[in-house]
Amino acid sequence: MGVTEFEVTEFKKAKAVYESRVDKTLQKNPERKAAFTTGGGIPLARLYDPESLEGHDYARDVGFPGEYPFTRGVQPTMYRGRFWTMRQYAGFATAEESNARYRYLLERGTTGLSVAFDLPTQIGYDTDHHMAAGECGKVGVAIDSLADMEILFDKIPLDRVSTSMTINAPAAVLLAMYICVGEKQGVRADMLSGTIQNDILKEYIARGTYIFPPHPSMRLITDIFDFCGREVPKWNTISISGYHIREAGSTAIQEVAFTLADGIAYAEAARKKGLDPDDFGERLSFFFNAHNDFLEEVAKFRAARRLWARIMKERFGATNPKAQMLRFHTQTAGCTLTAQQPENNIIRVTLQALAAVMGGTQSLHTNSMDEALALPTEKSVEIALRTQQVVAYESGVTSTVDPLAGSYVVEKLTDEIEAGAMEYIRKIDEMGGMLHAIEKGYPQKQIQDAAYDYQKSVESGDTAVVGVNRFQADEGTSHRKLLRVDSSVEQRQVEKLRKLRESRDNVAVKERLEGIRRGAKDEETNLMPLILDAVRVYATEGEICGVLREEFGEYVENIVL
Amino acid sequence: MSDKKKIRVVIAKPGLDGHDRGAKVIARALRDAGMEIIYTGLRQTPEQIVTTAIQEDADAIGISILSGAHQFYFKRVIDLLKEKNASDIIVFGGGVIPEDDIPSLLDLGAGAIFGPGTPTSTAIEWLEKAVLTKS
Repeated sequence: MGVTEFEVTEFKKAKAVYESRVDKTLQKNPERKAAFTTGGGIPLARLYDPESLEGHDYARDVGFPGEYPFTRGVQPTMYRGRFWTMRQYAGFATAEESNARYRYLLERGTTGLSVAFDLPTQIGYDTDHHMAAGECGKVGVAIDSLADMEILFDKIPLDRVSTSMTINAPAAVLLAMYICVGEKQGVRADMLSGTIQNDILKEYIARGTYIFPPHPSMRLITDIFDFCGREVPKWNTISISGYHIREAGSTAIQEVAFTLADGIAYAEAARKKGLDPDDFGERLSFFFNAHNDFLEEVAKFRAARRLWARIMKERFGATNPKAQMLRFHTQTAGCTLTAQQPENNIIRVTLQALAAVMGGTQSLHTNSMDEALALPTEKSVEIALRTQQVVAYESGVTSTVDPLAGSYVVEKLTDEIEAGAMEYIRKIDEMGGMLHAIEKGYPQKQIQDAAYDYQKSVESGDTAVVGVNRFQADEGTSHRKLLRVDSSVEQRQVEKLRKLRESRDNVAVKERLEGIRRGAKDEETNLMPLILDAVRVYATEGEICGVLREEFGEYVENIVL
Repeated sequence: MSDKKKIRVVIAKPGLDGHDRGAKVIARALRDAGMEIIYTGLRQTPEQIVTTAIQEDADAIGISILSGAHQFYFKRVIDLLKEKNASDIIVFGGGVIPEDDIPSLLDLGAGAIFGPGTPTSTAIEWLEKAVLTKS
């Protein structure tokens, strides 16, 4: 696109006129603030124009959808072909209640499942363990054994529904249970599709549901990569997550940087195991947050996609386009929900969902309005799902691919977020990679500082939160209908577990647990088949993780304040 | 009480909940307000929390919990303090706690519960006053 000298001169003249007008305007009407930034602190100019993108190269930096570096999206036609997967994260109480919730969601047009497990399940304790007291079924569904998993997916055909499971430290055990449920339904492992989160590094950084130390944790992860590559080829073996990093308080740039730095660590571990980046790279997936600052968020998704493509190609030598593509799930930002005037959250979620869609997400969870207070009720979940459906079917933004491309500000922010993230990744490389950076507390400290700055900025009023520090209303949150999980849930689950331990073949259980123990001692053994054997005879999650705890030890948090 | 004595606060994460953004933000805010802070880190049992508070001669325990298990953990901590004759240690907290649950936590003996959106300055002022009243 040749720009003539005449056009450049005309442009400069016109811009000078505009700028003198701005000066006059400012004398009469100063701007609202001395400086404007994105929510993540990137300085924003008053105006972006063609000059803002000097040095920007469309072919190199943007390109076409479905083509390297995938800035405009991973498919050539994006949502003109098919909408994103509408996947609502859900789970509470026992398998029976959660199964009913999944069927409720499927009946209302949700297109994929996303399982929330309770904390004991996420940390590898059976419900009757003393550390599990008080937590059963609170933040997700309690799963102790294959028997619970069979109930969880009762009458849900695993060959027709894809399932995402937010499970990390014990991901191998829950994946094994899912494979067994498939077997019982007559669905072979190679027909299963879904995702396990399986991202331990962000647990150390931001989320907290770790069990084992880094080394054996990375081994479990690469065992899963290897096993699924052969046996469960349609499965996304990891969902490398920036979501929780952002929820813990990071900026948008840090979210991209730390997530992709985690991705680099996994890819390096897999390569060290002898796996081919062109193979395992295809099954890596990502998970990002959709926060409040609309333009910054759209740019963030585009920047993450481009940077990951460059990393896979340049750093890992991947030539398979599918291994270069960053495919991702998005969840709207839970930390932006307010307990005050919760109906306002519906609007926040709408804008965040729109950003995720304009950023080219492959699947989306929209939060419910009541989640600053409790797990969502059916009614509020329905509104959240309807929000996605309105964006998909009514807003029109899905009718053309990557509609904000070419916007001066969006392209500029995309460049700046990529550059900012690369700078962090360079620092992490200098520390010897993400595992060392975590040991030093580096990402943790960066995130905490950002979280504390944000809190101070809300308290000073620099950051506006409608209903909290602006436009407050005198209102109580009490007597709203909230979902409650009472303690009888725990009693029922403990009773189920007691009966299971009485009725199963305990000799077989013991034998298979010993098999896992032997496997754990030998680095060359892939633990996945051994875990499958144990799950099949109804060894519990806590028993399997208990053996691994004995062999691997437990992670001790590096407290940074 | 000497004017120089700094208020000592244990900020605690009981149970399995991993959400520590709030705990760390409040810990830093209290520290910036001149208090001495002992942050327990994640996965503390009520026994560990109470032992830490007694050993550290704390004036108060701040419990941060977002997992919905607040009834269970506040009760355990407060009961243990009673058992150990340490009920002079103030218990307060915050997190994802529905307003309807607050009266019962206060009945148990919690001094205050700060819900989402509370400015840290509110918690600081309350705590300074509560410690002063107690001594």
